[in-house]
Amino acid sequence: MPEVERKYVTPGELIAEGNYKSTSNVIRIRNKFYATKVGLAEISHEGIRVIPLTGPYIPRVDDLVIGKIVDFSAFSWEVDINSCFFAYLSAQSVFGKEFSPDRESLLKKFSIGDLIYAKVVAYDRTRNPLLSVSGPGLGRIPKGEVVRISPAKVPRLIGKKGSMIKTIESATNCKLIIGQNGIILMVGPPDGILLATQAIKMVESEAHLAGLTKNIQSFLSKYKEEQS
Amino acid sequence: MKELIDEKGLRIDGRRVDELRPLKIEVGVLKNADGSSYIEMGKNKIVVAVYGPKEVHPKHQALPDRSVLRCRYHMAPFSTDTRKPPQPSRREIEISKVIREALEPALILEEYPRTAIDVYLEVLQADGGSRCAGITASAVALADAGISMRDMVVACAAGKTSGQVVIDLNDVEDKEGEADMPIAIMPNLNQLTLFQLDGILTPEEFEKAFEMAINACRTIYDAQRKALMDKYFGKAEVGEE
Repeated sequence: MPEVERKYVTPGELIAEGNYKSTSNVIRIRNKFYATKVGLAEISHEGIRVIPLTGPYIPRVDDLVIGKIVDFSAFSWEVDINSCFFAYLSAQSVFGKEFSPDRESLLKKFSIGDLIYAKVVAYDRTRNPLLSVSGPGLGRIPKGEVVRISPAKVPRLIGKKGSMIKTIESATNCKLIIGQNGIILMVGPPDGILLATQAIKMVESEAHLAGLTKNIQSFLSKYKEEQS
Repeated sequence: MKELIDEKGLRIDGRRVDELRPLKIEVGVLKNADGSSYIEMGKNKIVVAVYGPKEVHPKHQALPDRSVLRCRYHMAPFSTDTRKPPQPSRREIEISKVIREALEPALILEEYPRTAIDVYLEVLQADGGSRCAGITASAVALADAGISMRDMVVACAAGKTSGQVVIDLNDVEDKEGEADMPIAIMPNLNQLTLFQLDGILTPEEFEKAFEMAINACRTIYDAQRKALMDKYFGKAEVGEE
């Protein structure tokens, strides 16, 4: 287990001085490292990084996101993915290479207001994200409840190797689908959904604290005891 | 001319020459904004909302390599003694520009190409030095919105009243006094982002005023940082986890 030093930081705060590698949300001026966001700084032999506690969703290739169809043209849908950019889903990637707007209507697949679970297949600084729904589990979302959290806190909700999400799923009998953009879909019995919402909100508000998985576990088991 | 400092060396509101007005900063006061803050600096009361990064409308304003920062400083009609007409005045348009230029160096706008970041400052009550309070609050709101920043920005004014150098001028001192010099700094990088001077100072007075203003900025920075820490980490001990 490598040694990691942690620190709460605000933008502009000096994290460390010396010869480190800076990774994310850190700027380097000579050999001083400053945070660029409010968050948790981690100093280890791998480098310095700040895990932000707030911030917009910036798409990355291969992210799985939950989005809402807001518009469509002859060749593509426009999808709101809770980011500063609208994403596009091309009709060709849904209907196949042979797609022609004369023969098929896009409305047959997705209409405005539909929620979809999709993958970001292309994105960089110069273009808006491009989505795809080909893949297991991807496509239109038929049912479920949606809850939103800050996109910066999604990694915390997933936990180490999915530990957090497994804990919540098994305690609530719900299936959770997490979009990297901070939108979470819950499918299951109504009381399970209520409990899962509470647990997710708890993760969001306590994301900066250590031992969060344990806290959530005790919260969930306490609830179960009350029920029985 | 009105006497602004009495024989005990106290100013009209009872402060010493190097004393700041009472300061209160709150973070995340608006639910629907991406980031927000509220500042009370003496009788100044300002709410700041940050929206973005988001798509730029009108589209032609978008820049291919970085985000566009847009600021709107606005005084509520009831913020002053006599009603202020609600439409943006010449002064408000200028202050909006000045605030934008004071904040821009601190933001890493290149991280958000083709987007816009909107900062709305609404002055609910004004009592001199509202541009400084506005800049201080905007930096907090931007940090709350999670926009990448090289450093915080913090502003404070120094000036001269009744022949003495004073800091954090209020409305009367600003109007009746001999000089007013608002400055904004990035406290960790030690850089200046706003510098204005209205009135006349001798070189010695200037040196003194500048130093006092920077020291005041550092005090205000501590309050900024504390406000952010309280919001995000509760009242937990700052430092090691």
